[in-house]
Amino acid sequence: MHLSGRFLPWVAAIAAITLVAGLFWGFFLTPDDYRQGSTVKIIYLHVPTALMAINGWFMMLVASLIWLIRRHHVSALVAKAAAPVGMTMTLIALATGAIWGEPMWGTWWAWDPRLTSFLILFLFYLGYQALWHAIDDPDTAADLTSVLCIVGSVFALLSRYAVLFWNQGLHQGASLSLDSQQHVDNVFWVPLVICMCGFGLAFLALVLVRTRTEIRSRRLQALLLRERMA
Amino acid sequence: MPDLGKYADAVLAAYGISLCLLAAVIALSWIQSTRMRRRLEEVEGRSSE
Amino acid sequence: MIAVLTRDLKLAIRSGGGFGLGLAFFLLIAVLTPLAVGAQSDLHARMAPGILWLGALLSCLLSLDRIFALDYEDGSLELLATSPVPMEGLVAMKSLAHWIVTGLPLTLLAPVLGIILALPAEGYFWLVVSLALGTPALSLIGAFGAALTVGLKRGGLLLSLLVLPLYVPTLIFGAEAVRAGTSGQPATTALMFLAAISAGSAALLPFASAYALRINLR
Repeated sequence: MHLSGRFLPWVAAIAAITLVAGLFWGFFLTPDDYRQGSTVKIIYLHVPTALMAINGWFMMLVASLIWLIRRHHVSALVAKAAAPVGMTMTLIALATGAIWGEPMWGTWWAWDPRLTSFLILFLFYLGYQALWHAIDDPDTAADLTSVLCIVGSVFALLSRYAVLFWNQGLHQGASLSLDSQQHVDNVFWVPLVICMCGFGLAFLALVLVRTRTEIRSRRLQALLLRERMA
Repeated sequence: MPDLGKYADAVLAAYGISLCLLAAVIALSWIQSTRMRRRLEEVEGRSSE
Repeated sequence: MIAVLTRDLKLAIRSGGGFGLGLAFFLLIAVLTPLAVGAQSDLHARMAPGILWLGALLSCLLSLDRIFALDYEDGSLELLATSPVPMEGLVAMKSLAHWIVTGLPLTLLAPVLGIILALPAEGYFWLVVSLALGTPALSLIGAFGAALTVGLKRGGLLLSLLVLPLYVPTLIFGAEAVRAGTSGQPATTALMFLAAISAGSAALLPFASAYALRINLR
């Protein structure tokens, strides 16, 4: 708590700076793509949020495992704190993808594997949070949501391959592989990396804030309980 | 303001919606955080009396 | 373990409501969809695999909360938990009982509903096979969802929210198998995936469900 309290302003500040700088660079200073026109600027929102949406779930999975194995209370709260942030990232990725798809593919929505997987990921986030809210006892809630998160991860992966089987899509392949033959031009690549760092740090800062809120909430419950006992 | 050409609506909408959603989750986290801190301080103050 | 199975089956048959309701719901979906999309039977023929699979999935969902809820309320679940039968076995048997009273009748009813949805003649075999292979997974995943929500007052809606995303792979492979089979394409890959999901769920999910049940009984 003390450590996170000392780090939080720094993380938040760096996150804000990189995010603003990256998006500013992306929005104002990059050229248009010769095929996509100015819509290429949407990539600075779409790719980092999509990345964080998946990393958010992965973070929840790791935190859930730590909770189940080591019974470390903070990790359960981290998982709980990460869920709404991850869900927002998923939503942004879906929304920007739809807006980009309309002029480029001629449709807001296509039942393309990547899009469908993201929608399913969104549903997983929704169910996970609903379970947290439904259970009163915090330890039971932490246990059950952790189990759900682990089983859900397996099925989310399965869904990923199932939709690939179901429909070969429109979505382009990864634009970010590290060998430079594959990935996009440096003019776009540098601000994109800055945006990814920015969104990553913003995610971290938000999870820290929310985890601290959850810890305080636990403490509050404990104090209230003690008052009632006395 | 850069020249966005014919896709200006799409780009601006994407940035608008994304920043709104991002602002919403930041504001929500912030409000919840300050509210929880205030309530905790209140109860802590009460119990130390 | 066999005793648990026969007991559940007897209870289900005696109380009646459970599986009859699921079948009626399945029938209703098959009747209502053509009413909603119009009367062209070529359209129905194309949609039939999807409708039937979706219908089977939703009717399965309908009776999930009964897997553990009744036993939880009257306390017999706690008795069963303290019995020498391992919890995992108990969950597996209860899933099996659920499958026998819902999945199996659904599989048998589906060809009849295929007729009113104008499913082409080649499709029936694949429909029955895919449902037979896929519905066990539905029951097992459902039992996991039911185990998670067993202690909750209004778990029903939450249960659907939790379970439906988990049903996605089963639904995709199941409907895909029927669709491919109907149009004469090879359907065995999808069927193999479906069987793998069922087998994997049978092997692993009872452990997760039993874990969740133990937490809820704490």
